[in-house]
Amino acid sequence: MVTSQTQSTPYNPFTEEHEMFRKSVRKFVENEITPCADEWEAAGIAPLHDIFKKMGDLGFLGLNYPEKYGGSEADIWFTVVLHEELAKAAIGGVPMAIAVHTDMCTPALAYHGSDYLKETYLAPSICGDMVGAIAVTEPDAGSDVARIRTRAVRDGDDYVINGSKMYITNGTQADWLCLLARTSDDDNYKGMSLIIVPTDTRGFNVSRKLKKLGQHSSDTAFLSFEDMRVPIKNRIGNEGKGFYYQMEQFQVERLIGAIGSYSGAEKAVRDTIAYTRDRKAFGKPLLANQWIQFKLGELLTEIEATKHMTYYCASLIESGAKSSEVTRIASMCKLKGGRLARQVADTCIQFYGGMGYMEETPISRYYRDSRLASIGGGADEIMLQIIAKLEGMHIE
Amino acid sequence: MHIVTFTRSTPDTAAKVEVDGNGAVSWGDAATVVNPWDEYSLEEAIRQATNVKGDTTVIAVGGDLHNDSLKHSLAMGVKNAVRVNADGLDMTDSLQWASLAAAAVNNIDDCQLVIFGKEHVDVGSDQVTYQTARKLGWTMLSYVSEILELDAEGGTIKVEKTVEQGKQILTAKLPVVISVLKGINEPRYPSFIGIRKASKATIPEWTPADLGIELPASSITHDAYNNPPPRDITSEIIEGETIEEKAAQLVDKLLEEKVL
Ligand SMILES: Cc1cc2nc3c(=O)[nH]c(=O)nc-3n(C[C@H](O)[C@H](O)[C@H](O)COP(=O)(O)OP(=O)(O)OC[C@H]3O[C@@H](n4cnc5c(N)ncnc54)[C@H](O)[C@@H]3O)c2cc1C
Repeated sequence: MVTSQTQSTPYNPFTEEHEMFRKSVRKFVENEITPCADEWEAAGIAPLHDIFKKMGDLGFLGLNYPEKYGGSEADIWFTVVLHEELAKAAIGGVPMAIAVHTDMCTPALAYHGSDYLKETYLAPSICGDMVGAIAVTEPDAGSDVARIRTRAVRDGDDYVINGSKMYITNGTQADWLCLLARTSDDDNYKGMSLIIVPTDTRGFNVSRKLKKLGQHSSDTAFLSFEDMRVPIKNRIGNEGKGFYYQMEQFQVERLIGAIGSYSGAEKAVRDTIAYTRDRKAFGKPLLANQWIQFKLGELLTEIEATKHMTYYCASLIESGAKSSEVTRIASMCKLKGGRLARQVADTCIQFYGGMGYMEETPISRYYRDSRLASIGGGADEIMLQIIAKLEGMHIE
Repeated sequence: MHIVTFTRSTPDTAAKVEVDGNGAVSWGDAATVVNPWDEYSLEEAIRQATNVKGDTTVIAVGGDLHNDSLKHSLAMGVKNAVRVNADGLDMTDSLQWASLAAAAVNNIDDCQLVIFGKEHVDVGSDQVTYQTARKLGWTMLSYVSEILELDAEGGTIKVEKTVEQGKQILTAKLPVVISVLKGINEPRYPSFIGIRKASKATIPEWTPADLGIELPASSITHDAYNNPPPRDITSEIIEGETIEEKAAQLVDKLLEEKVL
């Protein structure tokens, strides 16, 4: 027998502390989110200020942000744990609302915002007093972010902002938006800035709360801005750098998207295993059919692979790896997660049969909610576009 | 004043506990959780200590399996944690358990109040709460649904107890041992900061020698454990047009089977 001197250990980034944190988040999800899922889905909205306050008190909302603003300066694995556990709630909309707040509208503010901005918007968001939103997409520009039209024109100490934003998560409840707008006449990605917009500003309008296929508990809104005056000091970092900041912010968004995808998928498959073990047809449990075992086994294999690719992505971010490499892997994780969620939702609902098609069965909600993963935060094709470009396949 | 509370790690209530091939009770590799009843006693200890500006210590009796629950307690906000263990301790021997528990309480300065959760869910028993009180020679107030007043200076505690016939309001002289019911409070979730502190804590272990006692010999021998016989159940789903019709059919069936 060959023995090795060096002991290699299975790759596991989680310490006892992470596992304690996992237990606490899991309990929070089981007691504070899942029991209200049906009510919030029916209402088409969730009370984000209440939920965020509870989470803020527990220190769940600023895991990776500076202690100076109430954050915990924790390593990235706590963020991974948070979103893995949130994804196990019997509802997609609320975890998405939380993720938008903790890791999609705040990174640029935390890393490039002024002290003033961080004190005014980041600190209250970390403690759960404010709800944030990210406003990039417009009616005429989604995948092609460089084509956005919302314009912020300097006038004295203010920007005067006109335009509109589409499909904005948390849009009807947010206290502030991280808004991507044009701040110069340049018609390309160089002319944009990220600006923090308080939603009580005159000229800010929630034009419509949008009805959706799924994610019913998430208030997605169409927002419009009419001569909305916002102080120039509300701009994050440098003028003209907004597109770059947003691309950087998208990396975290895509990592979190991937976590939600594989973790939600894992729950769906495990629920399906439990259901098909109980449900009998032709004198035996459905799960006794090798076809079902193999299909579910295959999905668990895919989930495990996606999970570890995503852990690799997290470790790249944690170690401060080169941005293009983080982008390459984050895009792959997001792509794979979205596709996997579609495959899992379709397979699982099939094995639930008619029961899976019923509103009362959580898998039907998962089927609707998870479909977003291949569209929101950059569609699959945009991930492929990025991958192709970073792999040197781009031809002008 | 020092308030002491107890905790222990128990198999997750969803875990499948059974007798394994070697005749030992096993729950496979399912996780352990804090004895669910202890969440309430831990919360109550933290709240009462805050009110009287007192100190809190959580104690677990047994092996290092229980460190998880002690750390959970620290993460919730209990100030100190200690584990008491002894060679030859049989966790199912409640008298041994209570002897160690009482000696540990006696080893803590100015302890006036011990708070237990209603029972230990793994053994489905609450006798250690009474036995610990007996060993200490303190008053025992069980099934407390509310602490109405803890008067540190006056040395009294006023509680509401749930009894079969209703509620009882009692005042007792300290020191006392109480066991609390689930409705007494809403246990907090461990916060990130609490978890960070707890994970760095090292938990001291006390032995009978440290406590100046000898562990009483166990009076229990474990002859055999058996799984419950498999249940032979057939289920029938009652069909009917209306709820009333289904209910009537159900009543007929229950009468037929002599359940009613
Ligand atoms: C529920 C929900 C919540 C959202 N929340 C937010 C939010 O909080 N903030 C925010 O800013 N945005 C949000 N969005 C918007 C989301 O990011 C966009 O919908 C997404 O980026 C796609 O943009 P689009 O809808 O304009 O699609 P389009 O740009 O119109 O693209 C449509 C489809 O065309 C395909 N496609 C596009 N480009 C290419 C290409 N180059 N090659 C091949 N195929 C291509 C893709 O399949 C794509 O799905 C949300 C969307 C939804 C549905």
